[in-house]
Amino acid sequence: MDLFNILGRKQTSSSVAKDRLKLLLIHDRANCSSEILEMLKSDIIQVISNYMEIDKEGLDIQISQTRSEDSNGVVPVLYANIPIKNMRKVSNS
Amino acid sequence: MSEVIVITSGKGGVGKTTTTANLGTGLALEGKRVALIDADIGLRNLDVVMGLENRIVYDLVDVVEGHCRVKQALIKDKRYSGMFLLPAAQTRDKNAINPEQMQKLCDTLKEDFDYILIDCPAGIEQGFKNAIAGADRAVVVTTPEVSAVRDADRIIGLLEASELRNPKLIVNRVKGDMVKRGDMMAIEDVMEILAVDIIGVVPDDDHIVISTNRGEPVVTDLHSLAGQAYRNITKRIMGEEVPLLNLEGDQGFMQRLKKLFGLGV
Repeated sequence: MDLFNILGRKQTSSSVAKDRLKLLLIHDRANCSSEILEMLKSDIIQVISNYMEIDKEGLDIQISQTRSEDSNGVVPVLYANIPIKNMRKVSNS
Repeated sequence: MSEVIVITSGKGGVGKTTTTANLGTGLALEGKRVALIDADIGLRNLDVVMGLENRIVYDLVDVVEGHCRVKQALIKDKRYSGMFLLPAAQTRDKNAINPEQMQKLCDTLKEDFDYILIDCPAGIEQGFKNAIAGADRAVVVTTPEVSAVRDADRIIGLLEASELRNPKLIVNRVKGDMVKRGDMMAIEDVMEILAVDIIGVVPDDDHIVISTNRGEPVVTDLHSLAGQAYRNITKRIMGEEVPLLNLEGDQGFMQRLKKLFGLGV
C-alpha cells in the first residue's frame, strides 16, 4: 500500500465488485429490463411533452438506489433527470 | 425425522456436486443414513466425485419409469455405512422426469433415510424444477464472484416463490489472502447483498482437487481446511452451532482500520 493509494482513495476490486452487484441486483429484482426502461422513458416523454418542451436527447432515466428514511436500508429508486427547453404555456381548457 | 435437502446454485461450476458429495459423506460419518440423488440428468457427475462410477446398473430415470425398484438402483457406498447414491441417467434429458415423480421418489426414500440430498443441475429450467420438487430445505452454493452471487440471488427468489423459505448459503472457494488484500468479496459482503443466513464457508483448497481426482470426498481428510469446513457444515445441518472458519487469519489494527475506510491492504 503506497502513499498514492491512500491519498487517491483507490477503490479495492472487491468493493468495485460489491457496488456492481448491488446495482445489478436492483435491476434483476425489480425485473426491469432495458426494454421496459425504454418503454417507460418514451411514455414519460409523451406525458411531459403535453405540458412543456423537453430536451429528449439530454433525458436520463435510470434505476438506482437510495437509503430509505424508514430505516429499511437501501431501496430502489427511479431516477429521472429531464432538462426543460421551454415552459410551454398550458392551456386551461 | 427425515429431511430432503436440495443443493442448488443457478450458476454452473461453483461446486454443487462437490458440496453434495461432502455433506452426504459427512452426514454418513456422523452415523446418519443418507441417500444422494444426482438430479443432473444427461450430465451426471456425482458418481464420479464419489468414486462410484463403475458400479452403476440402474439410474434415476429407470426408477421413475418403473424399470426397477428404488432399492435396486441405489448404489451402496461400502466405505461409509448408511450411504447410498441414486445416479442420474446419462443418455436421457431433463424432461425424462417431472416434479410429481420426483416428489413421490423423495417420499419413498424418506421411509428409509435420515437425509436425502439432491444435487441440482445448473440453470433455472425443468431440471431445477424437478430437483426442488420434493425438497424440505434448500442450500444455495455460491462463490465470491459477481456472476455467481447474481445467479444465487435469482435462485433464492425462485426457491422462495416455490415455498422453500429461508434457504441457507454456502460461500465456496474463498481465498483468504485475496479477501485480506481487498481483491475478493468477503463473506460479510456476500451475506449483506443476498440477505440470507449462511451455513458455511469453504476455502479454495488444493485438497479438493486431489480428493476429487481419487474419488474420495475431502470431508474425510482430517488435514485439510476444506475438509474441516465441510465437517462444520455437516454439524450445522444437524442443528449444532459451530462458529464459521476464519480464513483471513488474524488482522492487525492497521489492517482493520484500512478495511474500515475501504482501502486495500
